[in-house]
Amino acid sequence: MKATPSTLRRTAAVVATGLALSLTLAACSGGGAGSAETGNADDIAAALKEKSTITVWAWAPAVEDIATAFEKENPNVTVKVVNAGTGNDQYIKLQNAIKAGSGAPDVAQIEYYALPQFALSDSLADLTDFGFDEYASEYTDSTWGSVNIGDGIYALPQDSGPMAMFYNKAVFDQYGLTVPTTWDEYIATAEKLHTANPDAYITNDTGDAGFATSMIWQAGGQPYTTKDSTDVTINLQDEGSKKFADTWNQLLDNDLLAATPSWSDEWYKGLGDGTIATLNIGAWMPGNLESGVPEAAGDWRVAPLPTYTAGDTASAENGGGGDAILKQSKNKLVAAAFLQYMNEGEGTQISIDAGGFPSTVADLNSDEFLGYESDYFGGQKINEVLVQSAEDVVPGWSYLPFQVYSNSIFSDTVGQSYADKGDINEGLTAWQKATASYGNEQGFTVTEK
Amino acid sequence: MSTTDQTLAPAEKAKAPRMSRYTSEKKAGKSNQGLHTKKSIILTVIMGALLIYSLLPLFWLFVNSTKTQAELLNSFGLWFSGPNALWDNIVATLSYNDGVFVRWFGNTLLYVVVGAGGATFLAALGGYGLAKFNFPGKKAVFAVVLGAVAIPGTALAVPTFLMFSQMGLTNTPWAVILPSLISPFGLYLIWTYALDAVPTEVLEAARMDGSGEFRTFFTISLKLLAPGLVTVLLFTLVATWNNYFLPLIMLSEPTWYPLTVGLNQWNQQAQTVGGDVIYNLVITGSLLTIVPIVVAFLFLQRYWQSGLAAGSVKA
Amino acid sequence: MTTLSTLPPSGQTLSKPRKPHVQKRDWTGWKFIGPFMIVFALVLIAPVLYSIYLSFFKDQLVGGNSFVGFENYGQALTDPKFWESMGRVTLFFVVQVPIMLGIALFAALAIDSARLHLSSFFRIAIFLPYAVPAVVATLMWGFMYGTKFGLVGNLNDFFNIAIPDPLSSSWVLASIGNIVTWEFIGYNMILFYAALRVIPTDLYEAASLDGANAFRIIRSIKMPALRPAIVIGGIFSVIGSFQLFNEPSILQSLAPNTISTYFSPNMYAYNLSFSGQQYNYSATIAIIVGLITAVIAYIVQNSGSRKEA
Repeated sequence: MKATPSTLRRTAAVVATGLALSLTLAACSGGGAGSAETGNADDIAAALKEKSTITVWAWAPAVEDIATAFEKENPNVTVKVVNAGTGNDQYIKLQNAIKAGSGAPDVAQIEYYALPQFALSDSLADLTDFGFDEYASEYTDSTWGSVNIGDGIYALPQDSGPMAMFYNKAVFDQYGLTVPTTWDEYIATAEKLHTANPDAYITNDTGDAGFATSMIWQAGGQPYTTKDSTDVTINLQDEGSKKFADTWNQLLDNDLLAATPSWSDEWYKGLGDGTIATLNIGAWMPGNLESGVPEAAGDWRVAPLPTYTAGDTASAENGGGGDAILKQSKNKLVAAAFLQYMNEGEGTQISIDAGGFPSTVADLNSDEFLGYESDYFGGQKINEVLVQSAEDVVPGWSYLPFQVYSNSIFSDTVGQSYADKGDINEGLTAWQKATASYGNEQGFTVTEK
Repeated sequence: MSTTDQTLAPAEKAKAPRMSRYTSEKKAGKSNQGLHTKKSIILTVIMGALLIYSLLPLFWLFVNSTKTQAELLNSFGLWFSGPNALWDNIVATLSYNDGVFVRWFGNTLLYVVVGAGGATFLAALGGYGLAKFNFPGKKAVFAVVLGAVAIPGTALAVPTFLMFSQMGLTNTPWAVILPSLISPFGLYLIWTYALDAVPTEVLEAARMDGSGEFRTFFTISLKLLAPGLVTVLLFTLVATWNNYFLPLIMLSEPTWYPLTVGLNQWNQQAQTVGGDVIYNLVITGSLLTIVPIVVAFLFLQRYWQSGLAAGSVKA
Repeated sequence: MTTLSTLPPSGQTLSKPRKPHVQKRDWTGWKFIGPFMIVFALVLIAPVLYSIYLSFFKDQLVGGNSFVGFENYGQALTDPKFWESMGRVTLFFVVQVPIMLGIALFAALAIDSARLHLSSFFRIAIFLPYAVPAVVATLMWGFMYGTKFGLVGNLNDFFNIAIPDPLSSSWVLASIGNIVTWEFIGYNMILFYAALRVIPTDLYEAASLDGANAFRIIRSIKMPALRPAIVIGGIFSVIGSFQLFNEPSILQSLAPNTISTYFSPNMYAYNLSFSGQQYNYSATIAIIVGLITAVIAYIVQNSGSRKEA
C-alpha cells in the first residue's frame, strides 16, 4: 500500500466520520430482527426446541451449576455463564455495552438498588411480556416490590438480604453483655464493650451507602420517590433518615465504631478475633462468615436487628438482587426460560444449597430450610431468625433511578462526616445536594425537600 | 540555531547516548573515572538503605506467599510463620477455578508476544523511517505523536471503547493488543538511535548495489538496530505485562483477562456473596506474576549490555 | 499539542558532527512510518478526535443528545472538583517528582562513582521494582499500610510506636507518592546512569590532573552531562503525575473516605463517564487535562534547556 500524507489524511477523516456515523446509528437501531420479543409459555417451550446459545453475566457462584442443570434439561440450549465482575464492576461493563449498542449479555444479575437505573433507562425487557407477573405471590413482598418498577417487572428476584444482627457470642459472654434489642441498648452495649476492651468495637463502619440506605429503610424513612420515571423527590432529612443519623452519630462521636472498611483483610481479621463484635447486615452473610472467618466457627449467633422502639418489629433489605433480560438480547424467549428456571424453578434450590438466601416464599417457609441447624453458628436455627426478618421488612421503600451513581459519591459526602467524626445529618444533606444536582444535570426533574 | 532547536537538543541527547553508552564504556574502561576507585563504606551503607527500600516489599510478598490464609492475618508480616505453605499456595493458585490463573498467564504471554513484539517492530520501522528519510509531513508526524502522549489514556477509554465496540473488537484479544502496538517512546528511542547506529553511507552502498529499501532494512539495518530494539522491547514488555486499565474496560469475560486484571478480580472476590476469601492466592499470584517479568528483565538486561557493545558500528 | 510541534523533525542538533545525510525529498519514508501511523490513527488519533467531538455535546439520561458548543468547557473551568483534583496532582508532582528524581540521581551517581561495593547488584536490585505491575505494587503496599494487621501495625506493636495511618486524609497523598516513587526510582536511575556512562574518560583524566575532587567533577562534568536526561525524566514524570490513576483507584477500596471519586483528574474523568455516564463532560475534562499537561511538559523542557544555554 502506498500511503501518502494526503491519502492518509483522507483515510483518517473517513475513519473518523465513519465512526461518528456508526455510533449515531447504533443508538437508533433496536433489538435483533426475527426474534420474538414477547411470548407465552408455549412460545417459550417452542423456542427451547431450537439450537441456541445465551450468555449470562452473573457473579453468584451458584449460577454456573444452575446453567449446567438447565442445559441437561434443555439439550439444545447452551448457557454461557460469565463473571464480568462483582456489583459495580459489572454494571460499568453492562452500561458500556448498552451505550455501545452491542455486547450486552442476554441475562444479567443486577442488585435491587441498581435495578431502577437500568429499568428506567429502557435497557431491560419487561417480564410481563412473558407472563411473569403471575409469579408475584411466590416472592416476598419486599423483593417483588424491588423488581416491580412503574408498571413493569424488570427482573425475577434471586436472593434477598433481610437484615439481622450477627453477633460474636464469645465476646458477649466474655464481657457479660446482653444481646441488645433496641438501638439505645445497642449504643449502651457498644460503650460497655469498648470500655472493657479498648481494642474491641461493637461494629465497624466507615460509611457505606448500602448500609445507610437500609438503616433509613428500617427507620421508616422514604427518602426517594419517583413519579413518571423522571420526576424525582429526594429527602434525606425525613423522619426516618434523621432517626438513623441521630442514632449513628452517638456511636460515631464517641469513637464506638471501628474504622475498618468492610471486606478488607483487616475486617475479616476483626470478625475472627472478636474486635468487631456485631454486624448488622443482610441474611446472605452466614456463607461469607463461614468461608472468610473459619477460625471463629461456633462463636457467632444471629439475633433480630435492634429496633428504635422497644417491642417493635422492623427490618429492611440489605443487598440481594435478581436477574434481568436485556433489551439487546436476540434470544429473549430462551433467556426467559432460563430466568424462570433459575429463580422460580429448580434453580432456587441450587442457590440455597450454595449458601444463598432465597426470596421465594415457599423455600423460605419450608421445614427443611427453617429447621436447618448451622454448625458454624453453634447449632442455632439461624433461618428462623432470618425468615422472620424477611417478614418484618418495612414496606414502601424505593431506590432512585440513578442510585448506582448516587452510591458512588456517598464517600465523597457522607463519608466525610465519618472521616471528621462530624454530624451524619450534614453528610446526608451534602449527599442529597450532590445527588440532586446530578439528577437535574441528567434531565430528571429533581425536587429536594 | 533557533530556540526551538535548542529545546529539542537535550531530549535528543538524552536518548542517543543511552543507546550507545557501551561504545564509550569501552574507551572508558571498567571504572570510568579511571583513577581513584577507593570503595566507600558510607556510600555503600546509604545505598544499602535504598536497596532495602526497593526490595522490602518484594521480600514481604515472598514471605507472605509462604503463609496460609489464616497465618496471613495472624503473624508478623516480615517474617515466616507457621508451616511453609508456599508450595500449597502455588498449587492452589494454579488450580483454582479450573486453573484460570494458567489461562490468564497464557493470555498475558500472548499480549506480550504480539503486543510488545509488534510495538517494537512498528517502532523500529517508523523510527528508522524518521531517521533515515526526509519526507513531507515529517514535522507533523512528530508533533502529533508526542502531542497525543499528553492526553490521559484513561480518559480516552470511553471513546476508544465505543469505537472498538462498533468494530466488534471488544472482548477479543485485539482490543488489548491493538492499543499496545503503539509505543511513542519506542518510536522516539529507535529514531534517535538509528541516526547514529545506521550510517547513511552503508545505506547508500546498498542502494548502489540495487537493494530495495525494505531489503536493506531487513538485511542490514535491522541488525545494526538490534541493541536499540532490545531496549524498546524491554520497555514495551514491561508496559504490556503491566497493562491493567485497558483490558479491564475492554474485556468482559475472564477467559481473556491478563494476570493483572484477574488478580484484582480475585482480590475483590472477598466481597462476593458466597465468594471465597483468597488473599493468600492473591499474594501468591502476585509473586508468580512478578517472577517471569523479573527473569525476562534480568535476561534482557544482560543481552542489552553485550548487545550494545557488540552491535555498535562505531566501535 | 502545539508546544511539541516546535520540536524539529530530526536530530540535526545532535552534538555528533556527522549529520544524517538527507535524501532527496520523496515519500519513501512513509512506507516505514506508515504502519505505525495507521495503528496510531486508529488507537489514539481517532479517540482524541472523537473526544473533541463528544466535548461539544451533552447526552442526558432524560432528554437525549444535543449540541451545546463550549458549554462543557465553561462548566469544567468553573468546576471546583476538577480544580481540586488538579491542585492535588500539582502538589503531588511538585513534591514527589523532585524527591524521586533526586534519589534516582543520587543512586546513579553512586553507582557510577566506582566507590560502591557490589555496584552492579545495586543497579539491578534498585531497578527491579520497575518490573512490578502497578496493580501488584499497589496491592502489596496496600496490605503493608494496614495499621492493624499490616506491616505498619506490626511495626507499631513491635517498637511500641505510633506511625500515623498511612491512609488517613493527611497522609494518603504521601502514601501514594511513596508507591509511585518506589516504582520509578529504578527507571529514572537507569536513565541517568546511561547518560553518565557516555562521558568520555579523557574529561575525568583532565579534571583530576587539574586537581578536581569528586564533588567538583560531579558539579562541573557530570551534572551538565546529566541535564538532558533529567529533563526527559522530568517530562515523563509530569505526564505520569497528571495521569495518576491506578494507585489511588486500587487503594480506594481501603480508604474510601480519604480517596474521593475526584482524587485525581484522571479518576474524576473515569468516574464521570463510568459511574455517572457523563461521557461528554468526561471527554471535556480529558482534553483540558491533556492541554495543561502539554503546557507544563513544555515549561519543564524549556527551563531545562534555558539553564543549559
